[in-house]
Amino acid sequence: MGENVKLAFIVQKPQYKGETSRLGITHAISYQTVEILLEDGELVTPTLCFIGEGVLGLQKGQKAMDMYGVTSSEAHIKNALLVDLDVFICKEDLAKYGISEDSLPDAEEMGADKKLQIVPFAQIQKAIEESKHIMFF
Amino acid sequence: MGTLTIGCFPGLVGNMTYDFALKLADAAATKGHKVNIWFSGNATGSIKSHQKHLKDYSTGEKFLTALLAKGVEICTCEACTVARGVQKTDAIEKVQWNAMHWYLAKVHKSDRVLLIGGE
Repeated sequence: MGENVKLAFIVQKPQYKGETSRLGITHAISYQTVEILLEDGELVTPTLCFIGEGVLGLQKGQKAMDMYGVTSSEAHIKNALLVDLDVFICKEDLAKYGISEDSLPDAEEMGADKKLQIVPFAQIQKAIEESKHIMFF
Repeated sequence: MGTLTIGCFPGLVGNMTYDFALKLADAAATKGHKVNIWFSGNATGSIKSHQKHLKDYSTGEKFLTALLAKGVEICTCEACTVARGVQKTDAIEKVQWNAMHWYLAKVHKSDRVLLIGGE
């Protein structure tokens, strides 16, 4: 039986200020195709977490394609849910910036089973502790 | 000996974290560790060949070529690279081109992972 390696992708920079925060999302999503480069039974299980300023720029209704000609962070978040990623948003940081939980997107209309999980930082800390490798974006 | 995978995101010119990543890779490889480097974001521009070494700016080509000769595996994100107008015919030889799952697969096999974030 191959090893299941848990990874924590921690996004702490706001979307649209730079590209790194977006690359955190897309790198996590790429777990979906990693098996073509792994041995049978080996797995990568990422958890995508947004903390601090990383909770900025996630709201629904984004017009990035209209304004900048690029896929929005909202669309990337929906794709993450569609490929069954666990996506944690820090509850305390949302409150700090006055962002309501119902302003965040889901991907229900795309058929995703997963939803964004608004969780206390303690739960994100637990995911970090359970991960073999942690990457900050 | 262990395996170290470095995710490198900053651009070649404009800060020194890219240089740090390559020097760290060299130090680890010299000690006998297996080293993988993944370039994403602005770091992918550094795989362009025929870089001119001006003393006011850091250069990547000599370091990359030396690391490749030492057996360090270096891979660039194809999408990030072509988005910057760099084609395979313009690139430093023996740098691999792949998608983000290359990085995750290397991370899976690694004892240590260091992600050096970009802009």
